[in-house]
Amino acid sequence: MKRYNPIVLIAQVSPISAILGLFLIVPIATILIVSFWDYSEFMLLPDFVWTNYYDTLSSFVTYKTYLNTFKYTILTWFFTLLIGFPVSYFLCFHVRTLRWQIVLFLICTIPFWTSNIIRMISWIPFLGRNGVFNSMLISLGLTNEPLEFLLFSDFAIVLAFVHLYTLFMVVPIFNSMMRIDRSVLEAAIDAGANGWQVLTNIVIPLCKPGIAIGSIFVVTLVMGDYITVRMMGGGLRASVGVMMWNEISLLLYPPAAANAVVLLVVVLILVSLMMRVVDLKKEL
Amino acid sequence: MRERRGKEFYVLAIFFTVFVIFLYGPVSAILILSFQGPNGGLTFPMNGVSIHWFFALFGEQLVGDFKAAFLRSLQLGLVVMVVTIFVSVLTGLAFRKKFFGSTFLFYTTVSSLIVPSILVSLGIGLLYNLMEWEAAWYSSGMGAHLTWTLPFGFLIMIAVFNRFDRSYEEAAKDLGASNWQTIRYVVLPIIAPSLIGVALFGFTLSYDEFARTLMTSGVKNTLPLEIFGMTTNVTTPTLYALGTLTTIFSLVVILTAMGIVFYMQKRRERFGTDAGKGV
Repeated sequence: MKRYNPIVLIAQVSPISAILGLFLIVPIATILIVSFWDYSEFMLLPDFVWTNYYDTLSSFVTYKTYLNTFKYTILTWFFTLLIGFPVSYFLCFHVRTLRWQIVLFLICTIPFWTSNIIRMISWIPFLGRNGVFNSMLISLGLTNEPLEFLLFSDFAIVLAFVHLYTLFMVVPIFNSMMRIDRSVLEAAIDAGANGWQVLTNIVIPLCKPGIAIGSIFVVTLVMGDYITVRMMGGGLRASVGVMMWNEISLLLYPPAAANAVVLLVVVLILVSLMMRVVDLKKEL
Repeated sequence: MRERRGKEFYVLAIFFTVFVIFLYGPVSAILILSFQGPNGGLTFPMNGVSIHWFFALFGEQLVGDFKAAFLRSLQLGLVVMVVTIFVSVLTGLAFRKKFFGSTFLFYTTVSSLIVPSILVSLGIGLLYNLMEWEAAWYSSGMGAHLTWTLPFGFLIMIAVFNRFDRSYEEAAKDLGASNWQTIRYVVLPIIAPSLIGVALFGFTLSYDEFARTLMTSGVKNTLPLEIFGMTTNVTTPTLYALGTLTTIFSLVVILTAMGIVFYMQKRRERFGTDAGKGV
């Protein structure tokens, strides 16, 4: 193997380094710096104070908000996995021709390339006061009054998250499943394993990396979300993202920055826990 | 493995069907409701059928300037797409060998996906603010979008090059091709269908991006921001009419991309070379 020509190498990696440097690393460093700044009503005052962190971490509201965000995260994670796993399993082991696998897989992924905002708006006709669900419940005689809690509620928020992000669970799990050597499954069956044993002793353990990658996507997307909670919660529900967004709208940048750093640390801890199961480079 | 379909198959098939209905049902509902009659509301039942709300959309009194917003998003999407393809391929080529800092660059790129969007948005917004640069959709907004599209393009290229059979390149080199000729006439044609995939990610993810655009687009709105603004002050099916138009546009883009890939593969099969086997 020849060694790389260093000039060629530099030419190849400098565009991505420049873009991520300027628009990812420097901005996050900026957040870190500003989180230690002081502020007055109209301006930022460069300084080195811990007050922003103190205010954030000593406030009861912060913990309550984190608790609420964790609630959304765990529920969304649970349901996306509960739906995503059987969907991938069906695609991988029950659809017999490659052509149909591709077609059905694409059907599952097309919504990923359309607008999240539209997909959230599209729940209005279903969950609204006069929406499809309420009319159905009333005509079935299950309730007399339309249920108010359907739209603008925790229920709507988690439903929208599951609707938006199940894809992120399906794709990596499907990828893991497709790598399982079918002869291993046949060997297990020949050795007398029943379907359930094959699932729990072979398929699930071998899907762990896929489940972990899917979970990383779902968890980070929900933890950092502010738009879904705002739209589906009608501005009444709290999450870490919404809390930050409120501070940003009031131009309270240093507290927002401190909040952002705390959020980043929490997310990175969660991701590093999940990464223990995966060697990312082997998954590609 | 040609045994008869068991009960498990039917249960899972029904589950899968319900999932697909869950995925597409809500969006189909707004496609239908956008043809609501002039007196109809945001929910079923349909109060007649008309294209009233599409006219209302182009009337511009009620809603903001969505045409300009659409053009901005379109241009931005195209530029982000081109940059994403170009940069992903270059990076993918570099990553075929280990080099100093490759692990760091790999994890930095992946972390660009994992860092919550609100941090990217806030960080770029703050940076531009402090530097007294003017934030605009085509500068800071584009940068923010690239932090989202590049990792996807990068990961696709890594996956593609992991499966790439290098003997094609060696054959080209043995026949006297220069480095550039090898890339231009051997590598790029082989990976072309994957590049269409990268293009699809680059364009659509930028075209629909909201969270990373909010604080980075400056004073002029991109289409998703415009639509989000409408949700707070438009309470008629105009909202659905716009949703229908932009979704149809997205679908046309997606299906075109898939069509091109399909065509490329057919063409390869037809010409009977083994050039496509490396993908």
